[in-house]
Amino acid sequence: MAEKVKLISHVDAINWNRIEDPVDDEVWDRLTANFWLPEKVPLSNDVPSWNTLTPEEKQLTMRVFTGLTLLDTVQGTVGAVSLIPDSLTPHEEAVYTNIAFMESVHAKSYSSIFSTLSSTKEIDDAFRWSTENQNLQRKADIVLSYYRGDSPLKRKVASTLLESFLFYSGFYLPMYWSSHAKLTNTADLIRLIIRDEAVHGYYIGYKYQKGLERVDEATREELKAYTFDLLFELYENEVQYTHDLYDSVGLSEDVKKFLHYNANKALMNLGYEPMFPKDVTDVNPAILSALSPNADENHDFFSGSGSSYVIGKAVNTEDDDWDF
Amino acid sequence: MTVVYYSSSSNYTHAFAQKLRAAGQHCVRLPLLTKDDTLLMEEPFVLITPTYGAGPRRGAVPKQVIKFLNVPQNRELLCGVIGAGNTNFGETYCQAAHIVAQKCQVPLLYRFELLGLPEDVRNVNEGLNRLWKQKLQRRA
Ligand SMILES: Cc1cc2nc3c(=O)[nH]c(=O)nc-3n(C[C@H](O)[C@H](O)[C@H](O)COP(=O)(O)O)c2cc1C
Ligand SMILES: [Fe+2]
Ligand SMILES: [Fe+2]
Repeated sequence: MAEKVKLISHVDAINWNRIEDPVDDEVWDRLTANFWLPEKVPLSNDVPSWNTLTPEEKQLTMRVFTGLTLLDTVQGTVGAVSLIPDSLTPHEEAVYTNIAFMESVHAKSYSSIFSTLSSTKEIDDAFRWSTENQNLQRKADIVLSYYRGDSPLKRKVASTLLESFLFYSGFYLPMYWSSHAKLTNTADLIRLIIRDEAVHGYYIGYKYQKGLERVDEATREELKAYTFDLLFELYENEVQYTHDLYDSVGLSEDVKKFLHYNANKALMNLGYEPMFPKDVTDVNPAILSALSPNADENHDFFSGSGSSYVIGKAVNTEDDDWDF
Repeated sequence: MTVVYYSSSSNYTHAFAQKLRAAGQHCVRLPLLTKDDTLLMEEPFVLITPTYGAGPRRGAVPKQVIKFLNVPQNRELLCGVIGAGNTNFGETYCQAAHIVAQKCQVPLLYRFELLGLPEDVRNVNEGLNRLWKQKLQRRA
């Protein structure tokens, strides 16, 4: 590492009783309440199901997970840390340290999956593939180049696109297995990661929008153009990466819909309107319900026949400020 | 007839409501701060709420929404609830809207993610128009 690490020049003791932006406090609470470790998930229950996969399917799964490991490593050791010096509040700095740590938990959890399911040789082969696959390396390189760049807001754009878009070519596969009742414990672990990434993407995107409020109109326009350019660059690479991985099992087209769906959400996290139209974001319902079991919209009055509805099942809350 | 919505400082739901406004719906935003006075409704309305919270069992419904629904007259006039959220939260997708629907025994009308897609705006706008018409017919 040749470059000099940029550190904050002055630090005051952080006072959590003086909150400048309530979002810092809310997000910290959610992130710490979400805390988990891979040891909590009974991954070994997936061994019988792993053994039903073909050698090609196993190899695909291992490759997908090493790809995800690389992104979490990038985000933990460079991405989240690179955001600290540009923070607007001391609490924002603290939130990034939490995000950085959790990315390291994510990265390590793939190794827990590997050691539970496969052999040292298969693991080494998959990691070798991850260093040799050009499209995977390119996606890490593109993002890293912006993390090293000198624009704090561009760093946040790159970071939000990583959190909310770049992971999803990989997240697709465990959702796919789960929808076929395979590797369901692994899928449970991945859902914990997805939930964390949702808060990360929301938060970094929110701080980007806060930053936009402080620059002039011309800079805002430039950053918007930059965001769409970077998304396109990453998208094209993502499509090739998707073909590299999924052509052999015939799932590439399905994965691409999931990419579009998530690219829209990444844009929205940055405050921009979604770009991909409905006919290319119609994610396979089985994948969507693996992601969120309650997402089935047929129960919603406005989208079903409009003649009947169900009132949802009771949810216990611990909130005591309800009067009824 | 009115759409009442809560939106935090990230303003996603506010952006959705702006699009409903442009489509001709009358939309009113709840105060951002819990200490501010809440609204008192005088006519039937639909509520849009995002989901927050520090976990599955805590704080899903924004405090300002709870304060608003704690007013019995508001509860009586509530016709239905629309949820804003993100499916990446898994099981708790739009949980606040589910909780309100359950507690107030009103239908969950629709759910959408973040700023909403153009289709979401259209579905909600058309759904609201149908609902308002039904209410008027029932009154006549
Ligand atoms: C701390 C935190 C927790 C959240 N929890 C959930 C959740 O459990 N379920 C969900 O569907 N969305 C959840 N969201 C997403 C928000 O509901 C979503 O981004 C919404 O569009 C925010 O609307 P607003 O900007 O108008 O406040 C959460 C967001 C944050 C920041
Ligand atoms: Fe991560
Ligand atoms: Fe993350």
